[in-house]
Amino acid sequence: MAEMGFAIAVSVMTLFWGIVGGVVPWFIPKGPNRGVIITMLVLTAVCCYLFWLIAILAQLNPLFGPALSVETIWFLRYHWP
Amino acid sequence: MVFRSEEMCLAQLFLQSGSEYDCISELGELGLVEFRDLNPSVSSFQRRFVSEIKRCEEMERILGYLLREIQKANIAVPEEDESPLAPPPRQVLEIMEQLQRLEMELSEVAKNKEKLRRNLLELTEYTHMLKITRTFIHSRSRHEALGPQYEEFPTMETDSVSGCTGMQRLGAKLGFVSGLIQRVKVEAFERMLWRVCKGYTILSYAEVDENLADLDTGEISKSVVFLISFWGDQIGQKVQKICDCYHCHLYPHPENDEERADVLDSLRTRIQDLNNVLHRTEEYLRQVLQKASESAYTWVVQVKKMKAIYHILNLCSFDVTNKCLIAEVWCPVSDLANLRGALEEGSRKGDATVPSFVNRIPSNDTPPTLLRTNKFTSGFQSIVEAYGVGDYREVSPAPYTIITFPFLFAVMFGDLGHGMVISLFALWMVLTEKKQNKKRSSNEIWTTFFNGRYIILMMGLFSVYTGLVYNDCFSKSLNIFGSGWSVKAMFTNQNKTLQTNALLTLDPNFSGVFSGPYPFGIDPIWNMAVNRLSFLNSYKMKMSVVIGVVHMSFGVVLSVFNHLHFRQKFNVFLLFLPELLFLLCLFGYLVFMIFYKWLAFGARDSSQAPSILIHFINMFVMQGKDITPLYPGQMGLQIFLVIIAMLSVPVLLLGKPLYLYWLYRGGKGLRRRRGYERVRRVSEDDNSTAPSYEDDEEEGVDEVTNREFDFADVLLHQSIHTIEYCLGCISNTASYLRLWALSLAHARKFSTNNQFTLSFLCSNATLC
Repeated sequence: MAEMGFAIAVSVMTLFWGIVGGVVPWFIPKGPNRGVIITMLVLTAVCCYLFWLIAILAQLNPLFGPALSVETIWFLRYHWP
Repeated sequence: MVFRSEEMCLAQLFLQSGSEYDCISELGELGLVEFRDLNPSVSSFQRRFVSEIKRCEEMERILGYLLREIQKANIAVPEEDESPLAPPPRQVLEIMEQLQRLEMELSEVAKNKEKLRRNLLELTEYTHMLKITRTFIHSRSRHEALGPQYEEFPTMETDSVSGCTGMQRLGAKLGFVSGLIQRVKVEAFERMLWRVCKGYTILSYAEVDENLADLDTGEISKSVVFLISFWGDQIGQKVQKICDCYHCHLYPHPENDEERADVLDSLRTRIQDLNNVLHRTEEYLRQVLQKASESAYTWVVQVKKMKAIYHILNLCSFDVTNKCLIAEVWCPVSDLANLRGALEEGSRKGDATVPSFVNRIPSNDTPPTLLRTNKFTSGFQSIVEAYGVGDYREVSPAPYTIITFPFLFAVMFGDLGHGMVISLFALWMVLTEKKQNKKRSSNEIWTTFFNGRYIILMMGLFSVYTGLVYNDCFSKSLNIFGSGWSVKAMFTNQNKTLQTNALLTLDPNFSGVFSGPYPFGIDPIWNMAVNRLSFLNSYKMKMSVVIGVVHMSFGVVLSVFNHLHFRQKFNVFLLFLPELLFLLCLFGYLVFMIFYKWLAFGARDSSQAPSILIHFINMFVMQGKDITPLYPGQMGLQIFLVIIAMLSVPVLLLGKPLYLYWLYRGGKGLRRRRGYERVRRVSEDDNSTAPSYEDDEEEGVDEVTNREFDFADVLLHQSIHTIEYCLGCISNTASYLRLWALSLAHARKFSTNNQFTLSFLCSNATLC
């Protein structure tokens, strides 16, 4: 179950940034700014994907958990599913 | 903005002497070319068009005076959208005449106004004096009724020349001197009078209510009306001298009340007349200035353009035999057609019989670097140029800066809410930019923000994204997908544990506690955890190192394009490869370890999870037999990588100098060009070679024939480059940790800020 959630998240994000960085550049109309726009799209895709990837990989196998105060624990026990 | 700077060519312009002004005007409007100075040895006072430039400067002086006067009168100068063209020489005389006339008129009117004002001041002072001395005399006469405290003042005949009145009866003259003096000088004046005249004078004075402006200094100060009465002529002279010394304004003192009343009346009418005249003068002045202000802006721009054109014309050399001017310009190759068009247009405007033309010439000099920018890219280009302008045809880092600069800012800023505020502010600036451009505010801070509006917009947008990933919105977290940590699974039926402890930790080893990583960003539970920073610090530091190494590798890879473009393929093997190996073997391996630890070690073996830093340090010291390895074969791999990195340093240091030395000595790569040899400077920076023409396909470096190949020089340059690179690798990687530091600072600042702000707002709300 956990694996599936992780797999879905990874595939969705990879697909999304892959489209932004790899597919959309082909559709930019020819003009003086085509080169700049394509550079911007590719770089944005790479940076944002890498940033998200680091965030999710860092949490994949946590070595320790959050330390919560007792009030927080009471609250979360009843309010979070 | 493009990948690399534009290709430029050197061109010669032949301008016919009749139409050269118009041609340059056309070129100036288009902004296509850069002129070279063909008369470098001529001083600026001996150049050809010096008199015209002097004329322009004279006009600028008059315009400056005019604008100052307009500003003093608080008239707004309307500015137009399009700047007017430079006027043709025949129109220049007209403008010059107009300006001179205006200047004369203005100065005359100003002078007149000055005179009138002075007059008015005198009359006003006289009026005050008369009024106040009246009270002196009358108060004295009142005193007389009480008792003879003063000498009698019988009726007197006037002696109007010196303003004194004489009293014949007692055989001695009683004189009066009256006038105004500044308040601050009164005590000193009185003392001086007493000392000099030894008591033979009586001074009475009273302050004037109205504040009078002293025209010489422009100050508004209090004045005092005084009346000196004295016996005798000599004392009279002394009193006059003292009054002169203290800069008093003296006015004739009337004998009796009727005369006083007459003078007052006439003064009143005169003052009224003067006020009228003054009023009319000011109105006239205002009218003149108003009319002038309408064309003031046009004139200013026209004169500036004219002066620029004459400066450019001074750079050209005059070819006497051909009766035309020759100019040498750097022009982008793609704009040669536009250049020809501009020259044709200029020739047409100047009614030249023979049109001016352009001729491209070959050159060995390094052309200037041209990178065209639009309003979006110009901000980023200026940031890049703050570090230095690239060489001719070098790869430009600016297009990548458009994304990486705001992205790195956002990694440090990382707040969804604040990012949105910034984006909206920048969006507003962008959408209203036409209006703001017209306003032309003089506030420097606002101008700075406005010029960087696109940069700020990008920064804001990226900050929204990183804020989502950091899960930080005004220092609070959003729970969109449901947290991966479950409290219920850990603490069921353990009321006792809850009652006895204030702080408890969720352990991912228990089943059900941790159900998988949060799909987008940092889990929201961390916002409520006490040990939040332990997790975030580790995450952010590793993230900084990964981003840093990726960014640096990208930069190193970009240099390949430079090497290939300048036909120095050996640089790829002798510079790029060692650099990349050094970077990747050491810091790329560190990144690998980071990812490996994230993937391979989990909660189950958390007690044995090794510290990456210790492993990294051990790699260099080549120790590590006593700590458990991350993966089998780690020691061997690490030693291998360290050896490769260490070997790449001498290759980087000595490879290129030795190769070039070998070439110089006549190595296998020697090639002689058929016909002619070209001299190319071989420098360390790889980028300052002369432009290569398209038909010269050649590998390697031409031999250096006319210059001595200075091995020591090359070696020195290369060793500096090596040391810089290696030390730079290490220190720059560490400096990427500022991404962690600043994002930490931001989060802390705004979390404390939030508490303060929210509590403040709440208390205010309850009060209302």
